[in-house]
Amino acid sequence: MNRWLSLLPLALFILLAVFLARSFTLEQADKLPSALLGQHLPNLTMPTLSEDKVNVRLMVKEVALLNVWATWCPTCLAEHRYLLEISKKHALPIYGVNYKDDPDKARSWLAELGNPYVLNLQDDGSLGIELGVYGAPETFVIDAQGVIRYRHVGEVNERVWSKRLYPLIMALRKELPQ
Amino acid sequence: MMIQCFILLFCLSLTELVWGLDRYEFDQPEDADRYHRLVEVLRCPKCLNVNLAGSDAPIANDLRKQVYLMIKEGRNDEQILAFMQLRYGDFILYQPRFRPDTWLLWFAPLLMLIPGFFLLGRKLIYSRRPK
Repeated sequence: MNRWLSLLPLALFILLAVFLARSFTLEQADKLPSALLGQHLPNLTMPTLSEDKVNVRLMVKEVALLNVWATWCPTCLAEHRYLLEISKKHALPIYGVNYKDDPDKARSWLAELGNPYVLNLQDDGSLGIELGVYGAPETFVIDAQGVIRYRHVGEVNERVWSKRLYPLIMALRKELPQ
Repeated sequence: MMIQCFILLFCLSLTELVWGLDRYEFDQPEDADRYHRLVEVLRCPKCLNVNLAGSDAPIANDLRKQVYLMIKEGRNDEQILAFMQLRYGDFILYQPRFRPDTWLLWFAPLLMLIPGFFLLGRKLIYSRRPK
């Protein structure tokens, strides 16, 4: 009896270690919960790369992606081709947020590599803060009412698209307008 | 001795450099204190386990500026923390909120004391008994 009891601290230690080890998986960047899910896009009027102004809250009128990118971000280059592909193949509007970037560089990048975006907002970081963005790339799924429904941190690739984004977009397209 | 002095001076000059990166001006000294306290308790979302004060990641710069602007606008600490939490989640707060799903976290240290006291008590009782 006594011998078993002396194992109690060890057992508790193991229990705690397992519990804490779980937190490593919780802190993966793309698993960070976003408190903004279910919220409307912020009511901000912002300049675009083509030098006009647009209201962020009102710009989205059908299910769309909002993609945060920059020319200084290597992963954005990696996902760029894939964004071109899905925007064409699925007739999916993609709204760009050109995040903390040089507008001239951004324009020549789009001219050179192709432009998957409906429009691009020029963001000095303020929209980023509103959306809880902490780096690029990040991609949000927006429904037809302009409500944020999903957030993906990191590259959009075949796996992310077919596992997460595509099923959600299909489901949202079937939702009736309220 | 001379060399040690130089090294010390060099290191001290570096800290000056870091602190000087963004020194915001406040009208009230209390506001400056609030600013420094807030950037201590807010975690840099890009980095694992560094607060806003200790990070030079671009996002940490932006969020420090945001804290500064919100203090300037006259928002109180609770409003600023709530603003950050809404956008960046619980992750950004170093001190977790006291909620039903964090009770275990808060009381875990006390809970862990219980078996310790139990074992200690047993040991004391047994060691007093004559063999």
